[in-house]
Amino acid sequence: MQCSILVGTIGAVALVLSGCRKAPEAPVPAPADAGFARVLQEKLLDARPGDVIEVPEGTFQFDRSLSLRVDNVTLRGKGMDKSILSFKGQKAGAEGLLVNANGFTLENLAIEDSKGDGFKISQCENVTVRGVRVQWTGGPKPSNGGYGLYPVLCRNVLIEDSAAIGASDSGIYVGQSRDVIVRNNRAERNVAGIEIENTINADVHDNLATGNTGGILVFNMPALTQQGDAIRVFRNKVVENNHDNFGAKGTPVASVPAGSGVVINSNDNIEIFDNDIGGNRTANIIVSSVYSTGYKDDKASDGFDPYPERIHVHGNRLSGGGDSPDRMDFKALKVAMYGLTGHFPDVLFDGYVNPRRAEGPQICLRGVSGVLNADGPGGYKNPSKDASRYDCTLPSLPAVDLKRG
Amino acid sequence: MSLHRILLGLAGLLALGACARAPAPVHFFAEGQPEHLSDWNVVYVADGRLRLNAQVLPYDLDSALFTDYAHKLRTVWMPAGTPARYRQDGAIDFPVGTIISKTFYYPRGEGDTVLRSDDTGADADGGLTLGKVRLVETRLLVRRASGWIALPYVWNAGQTEARLMRTGELVPLTLAGADGRRQPLEYMVPDENQCAGCHGTDLTSRQIFPIGPKPRHLNHDFAYAGGKANQLRHWQDVGYLGDLPAGELPRNVAWNDRAAPLEARARSYLDINCGHCHSPRGAARTSGMWLDADTRDPLRLGRCKLPIAAGQGTGNRAWDIVPGAPDDSILTYRMQSVDPGVMMPELGRGLVHEEGVELIRQWIAAMSAQDCGA
Repeated sequence: MQCSILVGTIGAVALVLSGCRKAPEAPVPAPADAGFARVLQEKLLDARPGDVIEVPEGTFQFDRSLSLRVDNVTLRGKGMDKSILSFKGQKAGAEGLLVNANGFTLENLAIEDSKGDGFKISQCENVTVRGVRVQWTGGPKPSNGGYGLYPVLCRNVLIEDSAAIGASDSGIYVGQSRDVIVRNNRAERNVAGIEIENTINADVHDNLATGNTGGILVFNMPALTQQGDAIRVFRNKVVENNHDNFGAKGTPVASVPAGSGVVINSNDNIEIFDNDIGGNRTANIIVSSVYSTGYKDDKASDGFDPYPERIHVHGNRLSGGGDSPDRMDFKALKVAMYGLTGHFPDVLFDGYVNPRRAEGPQICLRGVSGVLNADGPGGYKNPSKDASRYDCTLPSLPAVDLKRG
Repeated sequence: MSLHRILLGLAGLLALGACARAPAPVHFFAEGQPEHLSDWNVVYVADGRLRLNAQVLPYDLDSALFTDYAHKLRTVWMPAGTPARYRQDGAIDFPVGTIISKTFYYPRGEGDTVLRSDDTGADADGGLTLGKVRLVETRLLVRRASGWIALPYVWNAGQTEARLMRTGELVPLTLAGADGRRQPLEYMVPDENQCAGCHGTDLTSRQIFPIGPKPRHLNHDFAYAGGKANQLRHWQDVGYLGDLPAGELPRNVAWNDRAAPLEARARSYLDINCGHCHSPRGAARTSGMWLDADTRDPLRLGRCKLPIAAGQGTGNRAWDIVPGAPDDSILTYRMQSVDPGVMMPELGRGLVHEEGVELIRQWIAAMSAQDCGA
């Protein structure tokens, strides 16, 4: 289709642009105000520190990603179901909204159907996400964007009262950050509901993670800027995360079996307490190493600790789960250990431990129905149900204080 | 003022002889966002040609960023008496007042088409003949006291003027190949923040910097109007570059130079197309995969490395690079995609660079095979 040269009023430009658009898979809803796309883009370009940029009620179409590079700006809508930034049919840009600035606040709006990540903020101090919905409206699909809410390389992160739905990787993902609170959010029908990766000092509490492949993940990956440490997961509801894994192979979450509640991978110093975890059909809690998620033992980078250590599980309300594990190897393991009608205990551990650590892995499990050590290092030949070596306790981790008053 | 600088100035004046009037000198704006490219007077349209103003020096790179087969006319201008400084880390420190321009254009084909062809450079005097080419946009990188700024100017249909389009633009084109194949293309002019998406090569400082004009990309001969010369030496000769060290300076090869070693060609291609983000300081440092010229660690370069945040960008492949197996490597998958959520680079192209993909495929295929894991 040929388009005329794009000159004229904002409205005319938007009309011409929409005329250029290749036929999308689904019809694009009529925009409430097509001219708003360019207006918002200009406001983001011209923003001054301290500005509050308002998004009115309505659904606004964007065919390119939005971006901001100015400190201390607030982008605020009228509500997560009222002010909708829709990226359906997006033609360029890898995110919906990309921010590279300190002191950013995103509030009370929705970001829908971006081709890549919904909201990404990189290298920042003090970011607040409040009352934001990120959603892929066609339901869970491998072609959905990777992350819903995605702060990375940030210090002092608050994500609250938000919702992430349908991400093909993680709904709420905090990566390579420090001092983080993720609370009162809802993560549904993502591959991973909430994922904290290579992050130091995080409190993940009072969230609902349900209908995902895995509910809440705490991962540590090699070759990144920092290793994860000191993460508390408490007062969350992590129930019935049994969705088929629709993540692309190769992503860290692709190895997560459907039916995983809380998954700890290669991270040290984790405290999991006071949660309601139930009905996750592979296991309510999984503790594993990157050796189980695609890295061979000679591939991790220098100085990387691949072993999960000082894992403290206590005082949770655990129920159901483990009755229909994903993947043939888990099914076979379950039948071998617990029979056709049996089920895995609350905790599944792949068994990778550092042989040079005198005190052992210090995986302390209290109040769980049991643990199965799957003997990954031994080729899964000698799994063990012996729970006695996990009967220990650890000091509680301190609360995260964002010092925001 | 050096003799060379005077000669360059004279050459400029002679070239202007054909014009009815000499253009005003280059105008550096210390602030503001001039509405028209002509306000700067770096390049100007006269007598059916796009011409370079006096002291505006054309340059090229051994390997260039792929931008949908656009040809690029690059120029640099600096205020008199303030040469740029060569830095030991392999960069050039340009003085306040520097204006770098890059004009994106295509040779014209039949009808409304533009040609998909190798970039063979501008006319002998550094300018372009407008009847033969379609100008799309001219981007300026301007070094102000507070740092660099990026300004995208889009050429009008009459090819008489380029206007500032801070929010970017999509320009529909039809690309005609030598084989008769026609490809529709929505050429994307970046918005100002997207300029920073690539030129913000230091994620921490958030300053933006030029990417192309680094010694390793410039260290080769250029056909100046007065004859061939090494660009770095020529810049020094005309007073644009001071204290150039003696001896061997870093040099990338041309990615399409079939006489050069495959390894060097591939690394040169990855350096200029990926290394501005995929570096220890760039925006893609989050990925742990670094593709700039200095990186040597095989894991950092992607060999048997699991992706971190690629999402559906993995294409169901497990590792960034599987040695010996290009079709199992995420790197080639993302280069072959035009899905905005998958493709790499994320910005700046709507087409696949088929020749670039082929080079990287050959490079991976030539690595001794290695089993990355389960």
